[in-house]
Amino acid sequence: MTLAGILFVLGLISMLIRRNMIFMLLSVEIMLNAAGLAFIVASSHWAQPDGQVMFMFILSMAAAEVSVGLALILQLYHQLKSLDSDEASRMKG
Amino acid sequence: MLFLIPALPFFSALVLILAGRSLNKAAVSVIACGSMGIAAAITLVLGLPFLQSGEHIIVQHLWTWMQAGSFTAGIDLRLDALSLAFVFVITFVGFLIHVYSTGYMAEDADYSRFFACMNLFVGAMLLLVLADNLLLLYFGWEGVGLCSYLLIGFWYKDPANGYAARKAFIVTRVGDTAMAIALFMLFQYTGTLQIQQILDQAPQLWAAGNSTIVLIAFLLLGGAVGKSAQLPLQTWLPDAMAGPTPVSALIHAATMVTAGVYLIARTHVLFELAPAAQTGVAVIGAVTLLLAGCSALVQTDIKRVLAYSTISQIGYMFLALGVGAWSAAIFHFVTHAFFKALLFMGAGAVIVAMHHEQDMFKMGGLRKQLPAVFWVFLIGSASLSAIPFITSGFYSKDQIVWLAWSSVHGHTFYWIAAITGAFLTAMYTFRMVFLTFYGPKASHHTPHAPGNSMMIPLYILALCSTLAGFVELPHTMGHVTLFSDWLQHILPAVQLQQESTALEWTSQLLAAGLTFLGIYIAWVWVIERPDGMLRFSQMPFMRWLRKLWFSGWAFDALYDEMLVHPFVRTARMNRRDMIDRIYTTLARITEWLHNMLARTQSGLLRWYIMGVVLGAVVILSVLIWRVYV
Repeated sequence: MTLAGILFVLGLISMLIRRNMIFMLLSVEIMLNAAGLAFIVASSHWAQPDGQVMFMFILSMAAAEVSVGLALILQLYHQLKSLDSDEASRMKG
Repeated sequence: MLFLIPALPFFSALVLILAGRSLNKAAVSVIACGSMGIAAAITLVLGLPFLQSGEHIIVQHLWTWMQAGSFTAGIDLRLDALSLAFVFVITFVGFLIHVYSTGYMAEDADYSRFFACMNLFVGAMLLLVLADNLLLLYFGWEGVGLCSYLLIGFWYKDPANGYAARKAFIVTRVGDTAMAIALFMLFQYTGTLQIQQILDQAPQLWAAGNSTIVLIAFLLLGGAVGKSAQLPLQTWLPDAMAGPTPVSALIHAATMVTAGVYLIARTHVLFELAPAAQTGVAVIGAVTLLLAGCSALVQTDIKRVLAYSTISQIGYMFLALGVGAWSAAIFHFVTHAFFKALLFMGAGAVIVAMHHEQDMFKMGGLRKQLPAVFWVFLIGSASLSAIPFITSGFYSKDQIVWLAWSSVHGHTFYWIAAITGAFLTAMYTFRMVFLTFYGPKASHHTPHAPGNSMMIPLYILALCSTLAGFVELPHTMGHVTLFSDWLQHILPAVQLQQESTALEWTSQLLAAGLTFLGIYIAWVWVIERPDGMLRFSQMPFMRWLRKLWFSGWAFDALYDEMLVHPFVRTARMNRRDMIDRIYTTLARITEWLHNMLARTQSGLLRWYIMGVVLGAVVILSVLIWRVYV
């Protein structure tokens, strides 16, 4: 459980300090896996299958999210010729 | 069948509004002119039984428009001899103007919008004259006002045109308000707006000279004065020249300005019960015809001369209505429609030939270059200035001049005004002809002759301007009274205070003499001794007078000082009032909030994540705090 917490915080911090969008996507994955780990640990602790089921959901969602995210990043790279997320601030109000 | 007459132009307008952009010019012309032509043909078919007797009446109930309590207003049409005279002129002259417009507007980009408005204009006017109740009449009345706004401001890219259009709309609105009040009062006293019922009931309800009926008649007169551009609401008409020339022809000849004449003729029973109002009509007519005649003398724009001449000629019609010579007024309306449409379209042909030059002093010598236009224009001018025997204008105007004195309501003052007006008319008309067509060639433009679509309507109208007069000849010359006999079932015949052939001869000879004198003076003024006239007009008093007349007796400046400026000043004073402030403060607060929120939307992704994280932390801490504490 502590490992899951550490993993989540690591993912969060790297998300906040990284500017490269690929790495941001990676940290999102780390956070998702941290959450998944927490679910599995909790399900084995209380001997409930729900956590396992939830992890399956998280896996499939992560796959979908990565494909959409990568496609967006590709498009942004075409537009901006860079992977810097701060460059993509043209839509600010 | 009757409903088709107004329905066809309306339908064509609808088609052109909806599908005008996708149609080519030929299709637009066919739809616009075709609908008018069919309407004119239907008018002729329906009008045939009327030729045998003027008593014939066609009424058609289409549907009930609205019903509230005892009040019903239907879409009811009614065709009698009076409306037939108007419908005939509107459809027939309107058709010719449409045909002419296909030539005049051929180069214009907004071809279909132009014809849509023209058709709508004609349709509204037809509804006005065919209406069986005053509410429907008012509907057409307002429709005409709207279309005049659309067409005067047709070339809306020039702000001056938009200003002229607004002016026409607002000034006539003053009269419309008076007329609306008159309708309310009529409904209050008679309980109906059906014209025939009102006319039947009026003599039982009110004694002659009763103050209520006088008030109603004056209010109706106010409406008529606004639409017909009579004193004191005449200022919009000269500015209405901003529109394309066929529009001016339509406004002046067939629609719009004659609506006032129709209204008074239609409600003549009310005016007979109100002698004061009827005197008012005659006085307004007499004064207007003189003022407008003087103004027309000094104008330089060919269309403005014609505009003032229209005001002056409608003054004649009002004078005739005022002295109870109802059919003479309608007769003058018919002949005026022919020759004024002819003159406007002739002037339009000249303007096109001169590459849209309207200043007469920059024309001159066009007689050789545009012979066909010159001859038809000359016929129109002769008719307008009432050259004896050969022109229709002579027979109609002469009748009014004579009746202005000899009718029971007549007066020497009216007769003097009318005959002076005839003199002025001849003078300004032929000043215009001489300036435009005679003299040295003043322009370096090479005029190009107008095409057939423009010339054929002119020929037809020239024929009408000459022949239309022969249906009504004075006592002294054959005594033909086809037209007034035909109308006498609707409009009572004029009552004469005395009949004297000798006096009538004198009046006619005097009028004819003054006409020729006017033409001679115009000849001297423009052709023979222009330098002498120039010196004469440079005298201080004459310059002052010229300036006054040129500005149309400075009515514009007067109204600006009296109404427009005080209004603008009050509006400016009220610019920041209490209620306004509440709303501006509200708007400011919203704007401030918006700015605060907009600043958070920086576009930096990591800031957003930070926000999400902070939000999650706050929510989680609150939850934990609630559970454990």
